[in-house]
Amino acid sequence: MSMATTEDGTAGRIADQAARGTTPAIARRIRGLSDKAIAWLFIAPTILLLLAINIFPLIWTIYLSFTNYQANRPNRPITHVGTKWYQDILSSPDVWAAMQATAHFVFWTILLQTLIGFGLAYLIDRKFRGHAFWTTIILIPMMLSPAVVGNFWKFLYQPQMGLFNYIVSFFTGIEPSSFEMLGSVSLSPWSIIIVDTWMWTPYVMLICLAGLRSIPDYIYEAAEVDRASPLRQFWSITLPMALPFIMLAVLFRGIENFKMFDMVNLLTGGGPGSTTEVASITLKREAFEKWRTGYSSAFAIILFVAVFGLANIYVKALNRVKQR
Amino acid sequence: MSDLLNRLLRLRRGPWENLATIVIALGVLMLLQPLSLTLYTYSFATMLAGTLMFVIVSKFPE
Repeated sequence: MSMATTEDGTAGRIADQAARGTTPAIARRIRGLSDKAIAWLFIAPTILLLLAINIFPLIWTIYLSFTNYQANRPNRPITHVGTKWYQDILSSPDVWAAMQATAHFVFWTILLQTLIGFGLAYLIDRKFRGHAFWTTIILIPMMLSPAVVGNFWKFLYQPQMGLFNYIVSFFTGIEPSSFEMLGSVSLSPWSIIIVDTWMWTPYVMLICLAGLRSIPDYIYEAAEVDRASPLRQFWSITLPMALPFIMLAVLFRGIENFKMFDMVNLLTGGGPGSTTEVASITLKREAFEKWRTGYSSAFAIILFVAVFGLANIYVKALNRVKQR
Repeated sequence: MSDLLNRLLRLRRGPWENLATIVIALGVLMLLQPLSLTLYTYSFATMLAGTLMFVIVSKFPE
């Protein structure tokens, strides 16, 4: 009771100080407003900012996707083309190939990151001596900038002096300069998958570790009493209870990799040819090399709908995890 | 099956959100699959339908 009174007194004093700090003219103006109006007054700048930098460009992009606008020829009269760009994109074998390159990248990165990430989380959860140190070491790649990672992996992949080729050579006996990770049609998609897996597996590990740590010990104790084998405990307790967290990691990495641009642009730029041309690279080429702004706007909207849909599923999965 | 239909007809959020999620996931799969150009062509319409459905049904009561 006395504590509540003290808190009320402190809050009152702060409110008095704030009121004294407000100029009389503003105070007079605010005094006549309702609580709701004052709340709107405080939120309004943020909403205006969001409208200006998020909502307006989105609506403008939707509008441009129905026109033949070209950003490098702004004075050309704009004509409406209807859904032509959408039809072109959704029937183009080239864009379909870019989508397949994206799918290849997303599928393999998610598979590798989930398997390695969960494996690492399972090991770290054993709490062996020095596990905190190894957790920090494992997390380092995730903290680096993609620009830095892209550049130094470019050096590691150099056929003449790159460390990666020498390590492969050490284990397989193949001549280091006999293969080129970034220049080969068959190896370049894998070079990007390796880098992304190296960088983002720690993130998946962190989420999986949170899932593993959330499993109460008494469930394992009950399983011990029932003489369940470690393998049985893993399949019947660990995996089902960590599954919502794994799903969360899969969805998050799926969304991120679906719109992957920086790493691919730095490592291969979409090449050799169009082997590693994922959807975002195609979009950049259409928008800023061919200057087909209307076409690329339609493409951006298609990608946006895919990401927005996946984000809805992500939020739903997040709520399910929260309910646990 | 009839239980699921009943829950859908009562316009409750849970089953409708699940349905919208399936439609979105189907659309994304159609967009990324390497087997049929026709499926790829209809992927955007499927994703858009699923996403709009999700936005609408998320306002339904629990």
